[in-house]
Amino acid sequence: MSKLTFSIGGIHPADSKLARESKIEVLPLPPKVYVSMFQHLGAQAQPVVAVGDKVKAGQIIAEPGGFISAYVHSPVSGTVKAIAPRKDLAGFGVMHIEIDVEGDEWAEGIDLSPELVTDIPEDREFILNRIKMCGVVGLGGATFPTHVKLNPPPGKTADCLIINGTECEPYLTSDFRIMLERTDEIVVGAAIMQKVLGGCKCVIGIEENKPEAISAVRASIKKLGFPGISVGVLKKRYPQGGEKQLIDAVMRRQVKSGGLPIDVGAVVQNVGTSLAVYEAVQKNKPLVTNVMTFTGNIVPSERQHNYLFRIGMPLSFIAEQAGGVPEGTVKLVSGGPMMGKAIANFDATTVKGTSAILCLGEETRRHPETPCISCCRCADACPMGLEPFLLKKLYAVGDTAALEQNAVQDCIECGCCQYSCPAYVPLLDNIRMAKAQVMGIIRARNAKK
Amino acid sequence: MLVSPSPHLHSPASTNGIMRDVIIALTPALLVSFFFYGWSQLIVLTVSCIGCVGFEWLIARYLMRRPAVFNGASALVTGILLAMNLPATSPWWMVLIGALVAIGVAKMSFGGLGQNIFNPAITGRVFLLVSFPVQMTNWTMPVYSFSAVDAISGATPLSVLKEGLKSGLSIDEILAANNMDMSMFMRDIGGSSGEVSVLALLIGFAYLLVRRVVKPWIPLSIALTIALIAGVFHLVNPAHFTGVGFNLLTGGIALGALFMATDYVTSPASVWGGVVYGIGIGLIVMMIRYFGSYPEGMSFAILIMNCFVPLINKAFHQKKYGRA
Amino acid sequence: MTETIIWTVSVLTVLGLLLSLVLFWVARKFRVEEDPRIDEIEKTLPGANCGGCGFAGCRAFADAAVKAGNLDANYCPVGGPETMKKVAAILGCEVKETAPRVAVVRCNGSCANRPKVNEYDGAASCKVKSSLYGGDTGCLFGCLGCGDCVAACQFGALSMDAATGLPVVDEGKCTACGKCVAACPKRIIELRDKGPRGMRMYVSCTNRDKGPVARKACAAACIGCGICAKTCRHDAITVTDNVAYIDFSKCKLCRECEAVCPTGAIHGVNFPKALDKEAVKQRIAERKVKEGDASTTVGMTEKKEAGNE
Repeated sequence: MSKLTFSIGGIHPADSKLARESKIEVLPLPPKVYVSMFQHLGAQAQPVVAVGDKVKAGQIIAEPGGFISAYVHSPVSGTVKAIAPRKDLAGFGVMHIEIDVEGDEWAEGIDLSPELVTDIPEDREFILNRIKMCGVVGLGGATFPTHVKLNPPPGKTADCLIINGTECEPYLTSDFRIMLERTDEIVVGAAIMQKVLGGCKCVIGIEENKPEAISAVRASIKKLGFPGISVGVLKKRYPQGGEKQLIDAVMRRQVKSGGLPIDVGAVVQNVGTSLAVYEAVQKNKPLVTNVMTFTGNIVPSERQHNYLFRIGMPLSFIAEQAGGVPEGTVKLVSGGPMMGKAIANFDATTVKGTSAILCLGEETRRHPETPCISCCRCADACPMGLEPFLLKKLYAVGDTAALEQNAVQDCIECGCCQYSCPAYVPLLDNIRMAKAQVMGIIRARNAKK
Repeated sequence: MLVSPSPHLHSPASTNGIMRDVIIALTPALLVSFFFYGWSQLIVLTVSCIGCVGFEWLIARYLMRRPAVFNGASALVTGILLAMNLPATSPWWMVLIGALVAIGVAKMSFGGLGQNIFNPAITGRVFLLVSFPVQMTNWTMPVYSFSAVDAISGATPLSVLKEGLKSGLSIDEILAANNMDMSMFMRDIGGSSGEVSVLALLIGFAYLLVRRVVKPWIPLSIALTIALIAGVFHLVNPAHFTGVGFNLLTGGIALGALFMATDYVTSPASVWGGVVYGIGIGLIVMMIRYFGSYPEGMSFAILIMNCFVPLINKAFHQKKYGRA
Repeated sequence: MTETIIWTVSVLTVLGLLLSLVLFWVARKFRVEEDPRIDEIEKTLPGANCGGCGFAGCRAFADAAVKAGNLDANYCPVGGPETMKKVAAILGCEVKETAPRVAVVRCNGSCANRPKVNEYDGAASCKVKSSLYGGDTGCLFGCLGCGDCVAACQFGALSMDAATGLPVVDEGKCTACGKCVAACPKRIIELRDKGPRGMRMYVSCTNRDKGPVARKACAAACIGCGICAKTCRHDAITVTDNVAYIDFSKCKLCRECEAVCPTGAIHGVNFPKALDKEAVKQRIAERKVKEGDASTTVGMTEKKEAGNE
């Protein structure tokens, strides 16, 4: 079978999957956890516990603050110490619930046994409700509430469910590890989502640099015997895991500008989400744990880890468990090196979507900007077919009409342009600003209509 | 700790790396021209490079007062290209004037690297061609030693032809009388030093293709356009119009199409824009060759098409995702 | 030869005549009737096209002024009262007297006062930096130091002070056009009345965090203690969201607030003499004692009167 890939742009950064051989380890509990009320895309969650309350692990401590929002559960058992703003990893104040950890007692009705449950409930509403009540959000990066995404608006049906196991970002190995160690659960999770979407076909997309995962998932599909699920082998190319790029690669369809994947009959979910859906529906276990990677090019090989963490753990605590931040680290990143966020506050805590702590050495420091020589490598690299060098110039002169005409709002902020620029122009830094400006104008115009 | 927006990785590519690749790609052709023209070529090259880098530094430092504008590697490339566009017999002061026009007028007055509209090296060459027509058209015939004494002065194949056609001879008669054949592909062409071996230029260009520094579309469209026009005209009247091979191998076509027209700054951004640009250059070159009074038109063609690049960039864009 | 010359001359003459006719026709056909006063006003204006008046350029301002027929809503901050008087003369209307203003940078976060906690490595733009994270110091409200305001200023009135890392306003060049105010993502620059002979008071901090947090981030932060507001006899100072603000229309430049401020967040500039803090504090204390006496005596008389009835 030929390998799939998307049609426009893309880059080939070095793989650097340094932690791929490290098995998933369970982190010990810290003395205190701080659970953010912004664990997801959309409205802030509203706390439903009060200071002094005793909570158990898996108990709801905050409810959705809007249609696009999600439940937040306590990751530990203990006492609520405070509900107050605390600095997140960017240093901005965000509402957190502080819990003193006392023992590890889980709320009733949660099945913590490791047995695989393959019987999928019949009732679609029951499944969707479980996913919602367990606070499942997309774990591929955007943390969009999963129950909203699995419930297409009337008149739109899904032709294909794509499970994203590409993990195209360098360094990250958490998805790879769960595909090896939690294979069956992921496949059952995929089958559950397939059922919710009305029995469309399902493709689990995995990049060719993870052959072990490809064979493991294939074997599991064969063993479990769910119909309509297959593995799509993808070329190694960044940003293969971008929602729009993955749809293009697997279905040969392109989402119209401003449109949603469901417009072309696609629903994309991450493998991590698939696992969370399995745990929510089959085990009634809320999303309070996830797998992350502790890695980096200057981290010695014996200190590369894949951890099962609980939400609300301070990042500095996790680094301590991994033997500390290695000497020579100049930048800490939460997430992958292409789209992850630099950590300004190491006391910030894990959230549902945390995928990695990355320790980068001196080579991550930026070079001084030099003049653009119009080599157009940025335009060749852009997976959306934009012309970043042009967008940057238009932003500099403030021509918002031309920016919109040149589709700045289509930018997915993947960073390919800035990565490939030989003149070290901070293209994405500027385009992000331009995009925000143009999106604001578009929203204001739509609101008027 | 550092904090910055994503991405946190950067590819190994750099502007200076690209310039280094271009210089490497020009080396085979330079070596061939040293072999044929000897010391005089080396002197022209040295003066041109020192002139270009020096003027760039002086202008950035003292006229613009923005030393950061100075980019030595790109000035060096301009210097090499200018030297390859001049006859090996050019006096040093003429080379220096060419360097001043290339760097001072065509590049720095627009704001330095990345801002210029016209290719600097070609602007320098055209300025010299118009100002000093005698020195610029009195080419040295290639000889095979480093002793410049026995260099023979002569005309380029194209000017020989033009003269011959004017005096009413047919092409075959002229070619026969001057002993010209396919050896032009390898060597043996009277002309600017960079034009002597198309093969050496092609080897250099292949290196750039492998390193993914340039894309082949612009040179290809230039070559195809020239081949098409030359083919049609030659079929119609072989006695008056030269053929495909002759047109592709003579003059600055190879140097111009491979190294000058592909200059990032002064060529269109998109693939199809590049194709249009290449077709334009091909058309203008052939019009000048067949109907103009100059024997050669590559420099003029590139400069004229340089003017259209902003327009071409407006008309042709990258193919966008989800916007059929 | 002569023939050639004659032909050349005649052809060019005829061509010139024909083309001038075309130009004449086009000029007539596409002529736009405009109030001549617009041109006149535009000539009077500084011509910086800075947008400080709220219009796209000087001509747009002139157009709007002529259409409105008065200058009630339009003011050119760059030209100032002189220019506005001339414009008013053209329009035949009155101009309101407006006190000249100047941009004031309200941040004390110099390198010494506000230690860096990380190093910013992104594009040199305050806008990019502020959208990315809280900043490279502990203060979420202060100057980011990338110089967006300097880049926005068309009059060269702003420059970054390398020693403090803060922008400095050249009062002679500042025209109070407001470009820098709009460019600053942290909104620390404010247009304030220039004051008599340039003397003015302002709180050079916008940190809305609670006192201890603000103090930890910056040694010269306003901690919202409110001593200045209590000291002020002119009701000019208000404390909202843990930060004090001096209303320049009420301030009488007594400098008492500056003397009592525990962190030095309040600045008085362009005063002829340096502030003698101790003397002012003593003055306040004496006054307090006097007032205290007065209030107690008043209280006592009232009581007496009450007792009498």
